[in-house]
Amino acid sequence: MSHDHHDADCETMTPSRRAVLGAAGALFAWSFVPKMAYATPGARDPRFVVVILRGAMDGLSAVPPLGDPDYRGLREGIALQKDGPDAALPLDGFFYLHPAMPNLARLYRANQATVVHAVATGYRQRSHFDGQDVLESGQDGPGMTRDGWLNRLLAGLPAGEGISRKGALGVGIVPPLVVRGNAPVVGWAPPVLPRAGDDLVMRLMDLYGQRDPVLAKAFAAGASIEKIINREGMAGQRARGGPDNAEGMRMIAEGAAKLVNADDGPRVAALAFEGWDTHANEGGATGVLAGRLRGLDSALEAFEAGLKDRWKDTVVMVVTEFGRTARVNGTVGTDHGTGTVAFLVGGAVRGGRIIADWPGLKPENLHERRDLKPTTDLRAVTKGVLTDLFGVSGPVLAEKVFPGTAGLAPIKGLVA
Amino acid sequence: MGGDPRLTLQAVHRFGLGLRPGDLQKIGADVRDLFRAEVDRKVMAPLSGLPFASINEAAPALREFAERERMAREARGATRTAAITANSMGGTMGGGMAQTAPTSTPPQQPPPAVPPGTGQAAARPQAAEPPLPQRVYREEARARFHAMLEPLGGYTERLVAFWGNHFAVSVNKGNPVRTFAGLLEREAIRPHVYGRFADMLLAVETHPAMIVFLDNHQSLGPNSRAGNRRGRGLNENLAREILELHTLGVAGGYSQADVTALARLITGWTLVAPNAADGIPGTFRFNPNMHEPGSHQVLGKTYADAGNGFTVAGPANAEPGFERGRAALTDIARHPATAQHIARKLTRHFVADDPPASMVARLAKVFRDSDGNLQAVSRAVLDSPEAWSAPSAKMRTPQEFLLAAARALGRKPDVGQILQPLNAMGQPMWQPGGPNGFPDTVAAWASPEGLKTRLDVAAAIARQTAAGIDPQDLISNVFGAAASNETRQAVLRAESRYQAVAIALMSPEFQRR
Repeated sequence: MSHDHHDADCETMTPSRRAVLGAAGALFAWSFVPKMAYATPGARDPRFVVVILRGAMDGLSAVPPLGDPDYRGLREGIALQKDGPDAALPLDGFFYLHPAMPNLARLYRANQATVVHAVATGYRQRSHFDGQDVLESGQDGPGMTRDGWLNRLLAGLPAGEGISRKGALGVGIVPPLVVRGNAPVVGWAPPVLPRAGDDLVMRLMDLYGQRDPVLAKAFAAGASIEKIINREGMAGQRARGGPDNAEGMRMIAEGAAKLVNADDGPRVAALAFEGWDTHANEGGATGVLAGRLRGLDSALEAFEAGLKDRWKDTVVMVVTEFGRTARVNGTVGTDHGTGTVAFLVGGAVRGGRIIADWPGLKPENLHERRDLKPTTDLRAVTKGVLTDLFGVSGPVLAEKVFPGTAGLAPIKGLVA
Repeated sequence: MGGDPRLTLQAVHRFGLGLRPGDLQKIGADVRDLFRAEVDRKVMAPLSGLPFASINEAAPALREFAERERMAREARGATRTAAITANSMGGTMGGGMAQTAPTSTPPQQPPPAVPPGTGQAAARPQAAEPPLPQRVYREEARARFHAMLEPLGGYTERLVAFWGNHFAVSVNKGNPVRTFAGLLEREAIRPHVYGRFADMLLAVETHPAMIVFLDNHQSLGPNSRAGNRRGRGLNENLAREILELHTLGVAGGYSQADVTALARLITGWTLVAPNAADGIPGTFRFNPNMHEPGSHQVLGKTYADAGNGFTVAGPANAEPGFERGRAALTDIARHPATAQHIARKLTRHFVADDPPASMVARLAKVFRDSDGNLQAVSRAVLDSPEAWSAPSAKMRTPQEFLLAAARALGRKPDVGQILQPLNAMGQPMWQPGGPNGFPDTVAAWASPEGLKTRLDVAAAIARQTAAGIDPQDLISNVFGAAASNETRQAVLRAESRYQAVAIALMSPEFQRR
């Protein structure tokens, strides 16, 4: 059920079986490359932001395949339209973008956004929480939640490398698992209360240093970013909404962009937006999901604006734990599914493309006759981005960052 | 007071709510007796100042509120035709109670807690009175928090909080859950905290707060009378979370087919419709017209069609369609995987992130052997040697911390002083990120930003209370002889009372349990 919606360039991106096998051979050779190969290619000082959408975003509504003859029949009550007042935004004539995402459409047209469709992690059950754990831990299955793949990426970069030394930004009181681990993590969240004074911080740091190494480490990481927060004028700000609210999403993105943009700030960041679990009354061009997508779109605009000159070296990767059922359920929503979409957005993205080995939406083409069948492994996408952006070697990716993925080739050419 | 001061302090933090001035003198030689007595006597703190005695009053009040909102909206719509599109969501929110969610109050909005002196009051024009769901939410939260200031020990309250998080709902879902979240805890959890797990399970899954939170009022049997008529159907949200979160656990050995079958068995578990004559609108009812006919198999056991002579012991007027769903829940509650899942979560909560296998096995056995008797299980937690030998490696959650701080300083916070700090620290009342509740591990709470905001809260509390506090007394009151030299010195060498109080509240001894 492949079809010709993507251009010739995209065709080579599809990880066909042959391409995967070929690249596996190449990986073997890479393991002999000396450590020098870690060095960031060229003069690029990259920025990488992972945005996790918790609750399983409906990829078939975010990027509806309006050219698929079976789409409309599956989506009674929530289907998007090619025409009319709330028309979906055209991408390649087959896929469209949800009308709540005009900024993403603009970035796509400017070749700064790529859509990966029919994508999933290796997880094939339907628990949000296990699904998120697999997405973020980068492990083969659930239950291995000691650290996240973004943290292991930093740990896998050579010591002294600027990127790893500056640590990763984990946004939120409870930072996403993807960023947790041994490598340094700095924290930030839009503050609700006035901040305590510096002297108190120093005294407490001293006490933790003597009595409690775990608290000492976390506390020191939190304090280290205060300097940038003060310089960027973020200290007096107060939260305007939560991570499931359009205003809150934008504020989180604005703050994260400032911190990641700073020369002395972290180069990588992870944050999460919530509220994507649209079991009932999901809505079409307007409604619950549309509101969340509008927030995400606004956040992407805030990243572009906040990263300024660094935008050209930036990849923002938007991912979710799995997709939703292809068919609308009994309550005009969708239940937990499998395949969905991921977005790569930023000046460093070789964009304006849709990467999809489209499986089709006929019952026999659905995963378990129920969900969009995943034809691209999200880890191949992530590995591709990390290879191009940070020059991480194949073995490090296959053994440390995404253990057990030696047979899964990074998708090449994702980054310009 | 007697016994080992460190053991006493650890026990009070691990199983209780924290020490108030004078509490140490009231605790006997063996601190274990304090908590054992709570279980044996089923001690329960009374709640006062509650907005509604039960769901039977709250549900009609919410309905009247929603009706007034609807009429006000229509009045506005008549004068401002252009505003209709913005409100169209309200009309598509589906049947039953979800229609009562007014679009004028976005459900995503965090609770606007407004303590004095923070500047938020100026930013938001204050209505004469907050809307009913927000008012009820605030009064329920205040009553719950204030009740937890009363007990000397507080193990019962810790268990209530544990089960409340196990059966989590989020007020973000909208006005019905915002109005009913406190009631869910009071009506479905508290009465069964020392009762049978199966009874608590049934009470929770039939409570309007949970029914609405996980969409079951909208789930229709595809072949039911209503399903045939309306062309709508199944929503498996509640069934999945029952199996994954509430009972068996995600590794408990169920399949997608079990989820779907259980979803079918609990179709018709819904709420009395707004204008129905057969009950109090908004309260739970079983609606046979929505119930999926046919036999359904869950975990290998067949629950035969209600119309085919299926009989289960139940009230004389029981609906057979409901009784088979109840029978399925009872069976799932008794499943060994449920015992294991509950035992593991209890051990992780009270003892260690990586729960000792011996203790998990013991609790699971007690659970199985007692048919889910939670008094026996709660007693077994206290009687486990692991619970008394493990180091204090857990960290108080933000709610536990805020409560312990209020108790330590003899302070009765107002509702803004409760809700806003909890919001800031990432544990807003009855508002977790999802149905899996708030995290229960040190890694989650001892985050850089988490500690920073915790310090902000400690500093704010210290500013409000320090004037009347003697740091030396504070140390004696909340740590007794168990304070480390380092903490003692850091508190006593602080440059001000304010600093001394903040450091005491943030010290490892106070944060750990």
